[in-house]
Amino acid sequence: MIDTPLLELKHVTKIFKGGGLYGGREFKAVDDVTFSMPSKPNILALVGESGSGKTTIANMILGFLKPDRGEIFFEGENIRSWLKNKPKEFRRKVQAIFQNPYEIYNPFYRVDRVLKLTVKKFGLASSEKEAEELIYNALEAIDLRPKDVLGRYPHQLSGGERQRLMLARILLLKPKLIVADEPVSMLDVSIRAIFLNYLKEFKKQYGISCLYITHDLNIAYYIADKAVVLNLGRVVEIGSMEDIINEPLHPYTQLLIKCIPIPDPKARRKERLKLKKLPIREIRPEKGCPFVLRCPYAIKKCKEQTPPLIDVGGGHFVACYLYER
Amino acid sequence: MNKKKSILLEVRDLKVYYKTILGDAKVVDGVSFKVNEGEIFGIAGESGCGKSTLVEGILRIIKPPGYIAGGKVLFRGINLLELNERELREIRWKRIAYIPQGAMSSLNPVLRVEEQIIDAILDHSDMSRDEAVELAKKILTELGLPEEVLNMYPHELSGGMKQRIIIATACALRPELIIADEPVTALDVVTLKEVLQTLTELRDKYGATIILIAHDMAVHAEVDDRIAIMYAGKIVEIGNVHEIFENPLHPYTKGIIESIPSIKKRKMIKGIPGIAPSPLNWPPGCRFHPRCPYANDACKSKIPELIEVEPNHLVACHLYR
Repeated sequence: MIDTPLLELKHVTKIFKGGGLYGGREFKAVDDVTFSMPSKPNILALVGESGSGKTTIANMILGFLKPDRGEIFFEGENIRSWLKNKPKEFRRKVQAIFQNPYEIYNPFYRVDRVLKLTVKKFGLASSEKEAEELIYNALEAIDLRPKDVLGRYPHQLSGGERQRLMLARILLLKPKLIVADEPVSMLDVSIRAIFLNYLKEFKKQYGISCLYITHDLNIAYYIADKAVVLNLGRVVEIGSMEDIINEPLHPYTQLLIKCIPIPDPKARRKERLKLKKLPIREIRPEKGCPFVLRCPYAIKKCKEQTPPLIDVGGGHFVACYLYER
Repeated sequence: MNKKKSILLEVRDLKVYYKTILGDAKVVDGVSFKVNEGEIFGIAGESGCGKSTLVEGILRIIKPPGYIAGGKVLFRGINLLELNERELREIRWKRIAYIPQGAMSSLNPVLRVEEQIIDAILDHSDMSRDEAVELAKKILTELGLPEEVLNMYPHELSGGMKQRIIIATACALRPELIIADEPVTALDVVTLKEVLQTLTELRDKYGATIILIAHDMAVHAEVDDRIAIMYAGKIVEIGNVHEIFENPLHPYTKGIIESIPSIKKRKMIKGIPGIAPSPLNWPPGCRFHPRCPYANDACKSKIPELIEVEPNHLVACHLYR
């Protein structure tokens, strides 16, 4: 039996036209990205630094941006057709959590509206009373006391509470997939852990999968089963979270792991960073491997041709000529 | 390294308040600590705990409605809070450098980097222009930055490069103390590592003392010698960074340490239920008691003092009386 992936990106490319008076240069924010998430509940971390294209990918999956090339499938069906034929069902099945818990609320409305509208739009309840009950249950399921949050305005809630309300919203809908773009980067550490644990819980209890977009490998390792590592718009490595952290293959992934601060003074690394050349400017190579300008192992071929994703076994893929047989 | 450490900066019972229509917001409310010469002293805490305001108080750059409500800031024995503007100017930048939060976006976009570094040097020293240019080149080379950045404009530079230029500028006059407020926030991991490396170098090469403010405990784990944990306008714990991570005493510090995910260990992290209180309405007694799993009656009424419970390990908690 062949498993229909929950989400599948095939050769997705997004080109932005650069600014400037003379039309500007074309800029590939996302370049030929292919990966998938299985139908079984799972959390996939999409890892990359700023400019890696991770948010652009999220926006394409959610249908906010159209890919210039390539296609995105959800439950085996192209998302263009989802959005055209059954947009409501798509929205119900694919939900988003964004980075900034301050910007998603309309400051003039009480926060209840976010939940009530959800119930109404998706026809989740047949009566006012049933709607209220649903909302109460959802809030209680994520340990928010309804009387503490309902009837309040967004500015009266803390960042953590606002972000957790988004979780309550998600529980109302029980989607198949959450696209979470750096959802905890604006939350304090003491609140972060609680939020992350809910996402894990959602996967276990309700079978909700999550595409977790982050630059933080510490968090990715905690929450995800598998990771896709992006560098300047291209996928450089795909593997189980365990492999990515403990046996990173791509020199870029290795660099990330060498640089990430580790919250344990015993693990302090004395070695100094040796890069071929520190980037003074932010530059993208015109062709070849995206990491070629900084890679200590780069050979001539890396500058000329883009390395394909090479299967090294065990579900581990790397786009690097070092692993070519 | 073996010589006895002398105290470079001592803050005693510093209070920095903000006037509001609802009364004083006691953002920094009686903070005391000592910083030894040549160490990297970290100050950690979550948003709103008062770490930035503390620094603004130390440097006396707090703007109204904020004001210093009391305390002492002794820099080599001189109380900075008693100096007049002229005397203070002699110390700021020359002897104490400050790298504010988000400083890298404060580079002037229409001036070349060189002009901006030189401006800062000329403004705070008696050097000639030529000497200033030489000094600018020297400091960049010493920090491993290419000289060519001098002729570039800020928009041509990467974020990490900008931040390192800011650090280089701040350190051009060889200050004894560098106070950096969230210098690596919003940087990518690779640049973050480079900037931390640059900061550590300033200490290793020139013996500069550094106060590093950061909300990210992992950053502290990477570079600090000692660390102070702030919560709700007060310091709740101070100690050697190894000690704090291995043997945290304050329930808040424990909670924080147990909330950080790490690529070194895949363990369950917990978080701390509840939310941080508001400076307009600090809870009575220990300010952490509403979120503390060990809170007893004393915690609800009496403010715990910061006391040394183990050598060089201070904690403000009634559990350790």
